[in-house]
Amino acid sequence: MYGWEFPPHFSGGLGIACHGLVRSLVADGVDMRFVLPRKFPVAYTGATMLFANEANPLDAEQTELFASGYMTEERFRFLQGQYPELQYGPSLFDEVLRYAARSPMVALSQQPDVIHAHDWLCFPAGMAAKRATGVPLVVHVHATEFDRTGFRSVNQAIYNIERRGMHEADKIVTVSEYTKQIIVEHYGVDPSKITVVYNGIDPDSEMVMTPEEAVVHRLKERGWGIVLAHGRLTMQKGLDYYLRAAKRVVDVRPNTAFIVSGSGDMAEQLIEQAAYYGIGDKVFFVGWTKGRAVSRLYRMADLFVMPSVSEPYGLVPLESLLNDTPVLISKQSGVSEVLQHALKTDFWDVDDMANKIIAVLDHPSLHHTLATEGAREARSQVWQRVAERCMMVYKQVVKMITRV
Amino acid sequence: MSAVCQYFQVHQPRRLKRYTFYDIGTDSEYFNDDGDRDTNNAKITRKVADKCYLPANEAMLANLKEFPEFKIAYSISGIALEQFEEYTPEVVESFKRLVDTGRVEILGETYYHSLAFLESPKEFREQIRMHADKVRALFGVRPSVFRNTELIFRNDIAEEIANLGYLGMLAEGADHLLEWRKPTFVYHAKGDESFKLLLKHYKLSDDIAFRFSNKDWEEWPLTAPKFAQWVNAHNGDGHVINLFMDYETFGEHQWEDTGIFHFLRAMPREILRHADNKFVTPREALEQYPSVGEIDAPQYVSWADIERDLSAWKSNPIQHDALRAFFALEDDVKRSGNEDLLRDWRRLSTSDHFYYMCTKWFHDGDVHRYFSPYDSPYEAFIAYMNALNDVRARVQSAPTEKHRRSFWQTLSRKSHAVLEALRS
Repeated sequence: MYGWEFPPHFSGGLGIACHGLVRSLVADGVDMRFVLPRKFPVAYTGATMLFANEANPLDAEQTELFASGYMTEERFRFLQGQYPELQYGPSLFDEVLRYAARSPMVALSQQPDVIHAHDWLCFPAGMAAKRATGVPLVVHVHATEFDRTGFRSVNQAIYNIERRGMHEADKIVTVSEYTKQIIVEHYGVDPSKITVVYNGIDPDSEMVMTPEEAVVHRLKERGWGIVLAHGRLTMQKGLDYYLRAAKRVVDVRPNTAFIVSGSGDMAEQLIEQAAYYGIGDKVFFVGWTKGRAVSRLYRMADLFVMPSVSEPYGLVPLESLLNDTPVLISKQSGVSEVLQHALKTDFWDVDDMANKIIAVLDHPSLHHTLATEGAREARSQVWQRVAERCMMVYKQVVKMITRV
Repeated sequence: MSAVCQYFQVHQPRRLKRYTFYDIGTDSEYFNDDGDRDTNNAKITRKVADKCYLPANEAMLANLKEFPEFKIAYSISGIALEQFEEYTPEVVESFKRLVDTGRVEILGETYYHSLAFLESPKEFREQIRMHADKVRALFGVRPSVFRNTELIFRNDIAEEIANLGYLGMLAEGADHLLEWRKPTFVYHAKGDESFKLLLKHYKLSDDIAFRFSNKDWEEWPLTAPKFAQWVNAHNGDGHVINLFMDYETFGEHQWEDTGIFHFLRAMPREILRHADNKFVTPREALEQYPSVGEIDAPQYVSWADIERDLSAWKSNPIQHDALRAFFALEDDVKRSGNEDLLRDWRRLSTSDHFYYMCTKWFHDGDVHRYFSPYDSPYEAFIAYMNALNDVRARVQSAPTEKHRRSFWQTLSRKSHAVLEALRS
């Protein structure tokens, strides 16, 4: 299995998803060899961890900076200028291709039955491994270039890699029907080749805090309503719509605070937007938060909002529900296919978003019902099921190959 | 000897549009969705009229003409009647033709198909009276047998209805009410031998209402001769077989292509083939048969879901909250003296609003979802509470409205006097 980022040092859902999937597959008795492009510290899963490049291992801090599944070209260039000693290639692309160049060697030495590659960063590595070994390839799509850019400025080179990977693969796994639809429409893939496997969530993970642990915010004590959004501050996450809804809410319900947790290339723009709306004092940008700090935010909030423009799956609402905080999620998300006990809105329908935010803040009965029913639903999304679905796909591709 | 007693429920709520927080104070039209959604009441009424009410009434009228022994009963909520008048007047006319045969009984219920009995006996009585007036105005008959919203029954409701002068009422033939007894007899309410009860034969009723088109059912397809045989099997086993169901069964829940209308037309002949069988209306059943025992219902019983209780309308926190908020406004709304306000508040008493907020069946998205015009119970709750908040806002501003009206009245009276003076 080819991955790019991995806990404990990761920047998004990709790392968490790989971790959950690997753990469950190993528990199911799969002999898992998990390949990462570079050597860096990783969490224990029971799988054999392999590194395509053993030289110049990264430390924890460097891992956080470099080993991100959500790296962009600009950021990569900036970073490799900062850390010349790590001997990275001149661009993110070079790094992806370098991973691919080293991949056949790894594959040949391991002799796998199936190759499984996650997202475009690993597709070239997966394809190279398939060519070298003749073993079937499963590609796993957690996000497409369309999702990452919110359908606005698609990078043609990345799109080409994604497209080739999908067409060369024997099977494609997507994290939702929503993503499957994008792949069929924009990448010209035969729908019968695609299997939807919803991500799971680990209810025992350290993300979950007990209520006693949570710190209740001062504002809350004063009767304020607290709304939280958490994610990378990029086009994809739709936080500009969230701020527009915030403006609408504050107009009629002044005692409402909006927390934005995360960092990204839109940070400045968003801060300016909040100021422009005159709600700079109601919107709190708390920067990138993770681990227990995020749990504390979930606990503190009365409502979690995921306003994504395009979200292949969307793990964060499930985390919020496990922390007993109800969620309002964009209909343009995969997770809205699995959650019934959530409020849903079109990301662009700012009035509807505001209406629903106010409803949750004003009606404790709504908050309570959404939180308890939603938490029950989130707890049922176990990784065990995800692993079973993946095994099914593996068996299909192996059968396909042997029949030929 | 088996008498078949058929009662059909006709009801259409006024569904709330997606009324948002921002509509409060600016828009007091809660039920006027005119778009593509299923909250467009005109659209739904038209659709159900074409699929069910008109063709089913036609079949019933044909049956009444062909078989002098054929008899049926309807309960038609007032809020459905007023929507028929508004959107599909031909439906009212076709019901009138049925009633005019003299063999169609109209039952009494609450005008708004409401849950008023839960908290407010006063409002309950007022809505029953409103409904009786409406039925008399349209059909020229006065209901003498009562059926409560969704067949909800309890000892105290029976007492209330008896006090209003009704002969008796209908209830679900729930196993726990009957215990070892059969639903094919007439019973009476607890402590009142003169107030009689008819209990739904849920097996035979549901065979038509729910199972008719179910191909996995071992008895599928259900034909009129087969159904008549089941009815005949009850000979010597009771007095009356109570077939109670939603009228929308015919053409709306069971579509025309399932053959439901053929069944409807063929049924009377097959039933009457057996010399001992006949048809009765609820009133006739109550008058002709003696009560064989008492029904004690200390808890609410309804005809909904497997639970046969109130959980479809009042189980989760949002339903409790919505009901609480609704009843809390009663005194203020009535005190305002504003008829429009009272009417809108009463339209919010319809049981369907609370049914849409039900989450107990939400897990497996089963058939009940079919009945909701909202994407989720939460959407239903949000629209409801926003509308209720607008009602509250109107209550608070009502005195000023009154004041303004009296100001204009004085003014016009004064100008009138001036004109009179000039003229003379």
